[in-house]
Amino acid sequence: MTIFGKKVHIIFSLFLWALVWEVVGHTGWFDIFPPLTEIFKAGLEIVPTDKFHNAMSITLHAYFVGMGLAVLIGIPLGSLMGYSKVVDQLVGTWVNIFVSAPLTAIVPVLMVLFGIGQTTVIASVFMFAIWVIVLDTRAGVKSVNPSLPEMAFSFGANGWTVFTRIYLLAALPEVLAGIRMGLIRAVKGVVIGQLLVAIMGIGELFELYSRNFLFEEFWALLLMVFAFAFATAEAVGYVERRVEFYASAR
Amino acid sequence: MNQVAEKVSNSADDTIVSVDGIAKRYEGGVQALKGVNLDIPAGQLTTFLGPSGCGKTTLLKIIAGLLDPTEGEVRIRGQKVTGPGPDRSFVFQDFALMPWATVIRNVAFGLELSGASKEERYEKATKYIAEVGLKGFEDAYPHELSGGMRQRVGLARALAVNADIILMDEPFASVDEQTRRKFQDDLLDLLAIEKKTVIFVTHSIEEAVYVSDQIVLLSRRPGKVANIFTTDLDRSVSPDEVRRQKNYLDSVDEIWAILREYLQEDESAAARKVRG
Repeated sequence: MTIFGKKVHIIFSLFLWALVWEVVGHTGWFDIFPPLTEIFKAGLEIVPTDKFHNAMSITLHAYFVGMGLAVLIGIPLGSLMGYSKVVDQLVGTWVNIFVSAPLTAIVPVLMVLFGIGQTTVIASVFMFAIWVIVLDTRAGVKSVNPSLPEMAFSFGANGWTVFTRIYLLAALPEVLAGIRMGLIRAVKGVVIGQLLVAIMGIGELFELYSRNFLFEEFWALLLMVFAFAFATAEAVGYVERRVEFYASAR
Repeated sequence: MNQVAEKVSNSADDTIVSVDGIAKRYEGGVQALKGVNLDIPAGQLTTFLGPSGCGKTTLLKIIAGLLDPTEGEVRIRGQKVTGPGPDRSFVFQDFALMPWATVIRNVAFGLELSGASKEERYEKATKYIAEVGLKGFEDAYPHELSGGMRQRVGLARALAVNADIILMDEPFASVDEQTRRKFQDDLLDLLAIEKKTVIFVTHSIEEAVYVSDQIVLLSRRPGKVANIFTTDLDRSVSPDEVRRQKNYLDSVDEIWAILREYLQEDESAAARKVRG
């Protein structure tokens, strides 16, 4: 970014908007925008409470279990779709429906299936995260240079070895991109699951704060969720950049 | 002259690969090969040469066991080929290197698949990396190497598994001319030491004549054996002198005359189609 001919760090824009927010907050024109400093203060207050710890642990549990299942099922499913035309045609339509469907509408159906509780939240995380992982893995496996599996076969590899040693590794950049986007969608999944179905975890806190007009606390929690989603996605992004060199060289 | 004497003495038991009545029809009806019969002598470099689309690569991949023929069979020392085997290794036109692995891991990959210990395969890989002239690049990644160097990695990988037969599919097609000539000479030097049977696919007449002991000329699709040439070049002289030898120049002319005929037939067939 360049302002008046000077190069400005991207952080500057963040700082600028934070300043605008602070000023607007102090005018008191909008109830829902308290000053940013007040929000940080509220954040510091809620973080040490038991209520927050319980909410966090139950939320992270649902998040990581749902996400783990999405990875464990999504990568093999996506690989199979990229590998076999039959599987691709069999499930491709469904995957594409789910990836573009308004999943929020499906969450109540999950509740009917799994009841009100943690299982439904996990299922919601899973449903939000898996499809993009499936599609990206599929794209990665499909883009593997056909010479590579042929090479492995020529040296006596069997189908399974070729799959694990060639296809999965060659598709790694796409698989990681899928996981990174899955992590972000999973944050949506966990919050929507907790808000819509089982009023629990941070969903319960959101509900509590917004219903009682505790906007400082509400924003503090929201910013923490943003920060969490950003940090996990960046962690995967870091690994992704380390394997990027071969994405273009395949 | 010695070479000529050797050739004459080529009897049936010198044959390492026999191609017997091979036909290949792809799904969708393209007939790539039809009635290919061929004996390939051991310890020599045989080239498949022909117009593009004549099925040279298809034939090579059938010998490799990577493709199944529609009809006929390939035998190696009398054994029918049913798939890839440790007696053959393949060098790919586009190198087929794993971009995520270093040179040494790429070269050792064939050995790794055959279950060799890490120590053994790294020792062998190091040896062949040096043989193809890449000493010092063991820990480089393929994307850090030039095209010619990448193909040297591909060649080292094929040599490292110690197969008797090396199948090379247009190995120099994607490297530049200077690199290609240097590589051809290095390959010949290397083969003089390694004593392999090499089957080499190319569409370059000069390359075929320069590197081969015998050249198998394939006809247009559906490909079959049109002609077999043996080249008798005196290789004791410098590469430039080899390219000035009468044998070399005559072979190039002779093969070009045949290929030109194919070309003219193609053109008149196309012209008939347009008129008809």
